[in-house]
Amino acid sequence: MAGKKIMADKLILAVESSCDETAAAVVKNGREVLSNIISSQIDLHTLYGGVVPEIASRKHTEQINQVIEEALKTANVTLKDIDAIAVTYGPGLVGALLVGVSAAKAISFATKIPLVGVHHIEGHICANFIENKDLEPPFICLVASGGHSHLVKVLDYGKYEILGRTRDDAAGEAFDKVARAIGLGYPGGPKIDKVSYEGNPEAISFPRAKVEGSVYDFSFSGLKSAVLNYLNQCEMKGIPVVQADVAASFQKAVVDVLVDHSMTAIRESGMKKFAIAGGVASNSHLRKAFEETCAKEGISFYRPSPILCTDNAAMIGAAGYYEFIQGNVSGYDLNAVPNLRLGER
Amino acid sequence: MKVIGLDSSGLTATVAIVEDDKLVAEYTVNHKKTHSQTLVPMLDEISKMTELDLSTIDAIAVAKGPGSFTGLRIGSATAKGLGLALNIPIVEISTTEGLAYNLFGTDKLIAPIMDARREQVYTGLYEFEGDELKTILPATAEPIEDTVARINETGRAVMFLGDGVAVFKDKILELIKVPVSFAPAGKRLQSAASIATLGLKLLGEGKAIPARDHVPDYLRLSQAEREREENK
Repeated sequence: MAGKKIMADKLILAVESSCDETAAAVVKNGREVLSNIISSQIDLHTLYGGVVPEIASRKHTEQINQVIEEALKTANVTLKDIDAIAVTYGPGLVGALLVGVSAAKAISFATKIPLVGVHHIEGHICANFIENKDLEPPFICLVASGGHSHLVKVLDYGKYEILGRTRDDAAGEAFDKVARAIGLGYPGGPKIDKVSYEGNPEAISFPRAKVEGSVYDFSFSGLKSAVLNYLNQCEMKGIPVVQADVAASFQKAVVDVLVDHSMTAIRESGMKKFAIAGGVASNSHLRKAFEETCAKEGISFYRPSPILCTDNAAMIGAAGYYEFIQGNVSGYDLNAVPNLRLGER
Repeated sequence: MKVIGLDSSGLTATVAIVEDDKLVAEYTVNHKKTHSQTLVPMLDEISKMTELDLSTIDAIAVAKGPGSFTGLRIGSATAKGLGLALNIPIVEISTTEGLAYNLFGTDKLIAPIMDARREQVYTGLYEFEGDELKTILPATAEPIEDTVARINETGRAVMFLGDGVAVFKDKILELIKVPVSFAPAGKRLQSAASIATLGLKLLGEGKAIPARDHVPDYLRLSQAEREREENK
């Protein structure tokens, strides 16, 4: 049984189903994870070379109660102990989001526990609060994943200014596409990360794209095309392709751009704290590059452990906590918003 | 016994509370808003209106399909959330059977049809024997021509209902060779009262399942799975 709650402690039950992970968690006071259950569908989608929205939505419907029940059980609490239910309502795959949103609303209605709709990217950013108990806004945060690439100024809890975003492919998307092109398969991020240790990052010179008119925006589609062109040319000229060299050189190009843009934002803002978040943030080469650069420039560098970089519900619980204590609650008409923008409610 | 009924399988959003042989409340909306925005607010509204004590609910009856994939999932995830929070089971009701039950007591054949896109209907064939709804053909997806041909073979009068009527009425009138009628407005579309009533019956027969085990019956694979099967 759950111990008596100390006054003012707030327990958040969080639900996340925006892409291909069905997840639920119980988080205390936005910082302490009591449970973090993730049911991944990655094996299912690997068959198709990427996430199939209809299959993802079906799998969420199948798994949703199990993960929520498991999250409560692991945290050793019941719904009676929960102060608010946080749920991701965007951005993401609409059919996938709807499963978590519908279930969370039904639980909120049945129990009268307040409902808090949470922005998925806000969740990723807040994963840093779980990992780094001393981290407080303001800071600069780079969010890079399969669906997102955002450079964000975190002004305060729940207050964000988007400095830059990708104009085309997300960073993680570029990893997936290049991995497929060089025969590594899905998911591309971890596979390129691993094989790059055997390759030479300077072997091939791929472009570091600048976006005209914005020092903070990203563009990765040109880089992806450059890799594809290189592979074509090798084939035409009969030059053997060294998979590890292509992977390492491509990855170096992505890392350079992410580091360069982030450091510009840090310098311009005068902030001394920098955090990374999202699936790409678990890339070991990127983490190392940021560690070194931040150390050199005297910037405190924060990163969540890999389990909190991937899509999970604990981060939604962290973000939901800060929204909840600021009085941001949602109605039973909360809908899934597939292209929800950060900072909008 | 008291049951909450939910059906969001088509364009209709409908919720109801049925206690034994009494319909406590039903709220049905045919409007463009998505089910995600309407279903729980509707349930909240009738609960308040009837001063419902949710702890007295014995089960959730939900239209399990066929129907719109997204619509079914909104209903299913809502039912599962209610089941989890109230610690009660789910009773799954076929969408077409639920529709057929709207026409309780008719001596005609009952043919529910729902627009299934790709020039098909979700349909089934039912009849009443006294108070009992009998399934002649369980839910299936097929071209409307096949549905009408099957009915023509029986030589019996038939009543069509469901959102497919609006789409296929002309086609039906063109092909049908038996006496045909179409259910009137109040009976034509999904009714959560029918779902809940059938749900009470199944609950009494011990056919409820744990909420966590419920999944919609889509009748169709996803497009990606279909294409993968075809390319094997």
